[in-house]
Amino acid sequence: MNIHIPTPLRTYTDKQETVSVDGATVAEGLAALTAAFPAMQQHLFTAEGKLRSFVNVYLNDDDVRYLPAKEDSLVASTDELTIIPSIAGGCTLTGCCR
Amino acid sequence: MPLIIPQPLYNQLRAHGEETYPHECCGILLGNSDADHLTVCQLIRAGNTRTDSAHNRYNIAPQELIAAQREARKHNLDIVGFYHSHPDHPAQWSPTDFAEAHWFGCAYVITSVDGDKTTGHAQLTNSFLLTGATEEDKAFIPQRIEFDSPASK
Repeated sequence: MNIHIPTPLRTYTDKQETVSVDGATVAEGLAALTAAFPAMQQHLFTAEGKLRSFVNVYLNDDDVRYLPAKEDSLVASTDELTIIPSIAGGCTLTGCCR
Repeated sequence: MPLIIPQPLYNQLRAHGEETYPHECCGILLGNSDADHLTVCQLIRAGNTRTDSAHNRYNIAPQELIAAQREARKHNLDIVGFYHSHPDHPAQWSPTDFAEAHWFGCAYVITSVDGDKTTGHAQLTNSFLLTGATEEDKAFIPQRIEFDSPASK
């Protein structure tokens, strides 16, 4: 499968935008990615091994968190995984920083 | 590291904030980056999914980010930043902006839009570069905005 890497994490994949890995499930694909690029581990997962809350992983067009088997979802070699950090914010009632 | 943006795109992102006032607008900046510059080549408007609190919060759906990333790939570009507006608040990052910023090396452009809760006018536009590499050492630093005409390339 191909895993698409977002701009800020390419520092840890030798600038590669797309990484091709082997694996039968989403979890195996991510494990192969972090095995090849160990620095990715801390950026994708918490110390407890959970996917960080602001890191979204999509299997083709589906959010892995909402798939029935979640990270154990089966992946074909032609499937694409996309890692995409969330983007959010806003001017809260507490005011803005200067 | 300055943010280089064609004036028409700069005008478009400010106009977006006026259109959505009194709600926050948001969008994605596509372009190129090197060690010294972030250059914007294309702007993609995004919907604000925070309809529950759109006057002071924004969120871009991951599906829109993925579509933007695919669009960028087609044109040999990258996502280099994001923009949003602060209705009736300064063009400065907020604690929420900082807490929810995770795109290191990217620009976060903020436009203040002042108005009477019905019609808003864009005021200041500032850009902040998210520096650092982890949630623990990240920081927003002010980033100079420079204008570049597409015709000059």
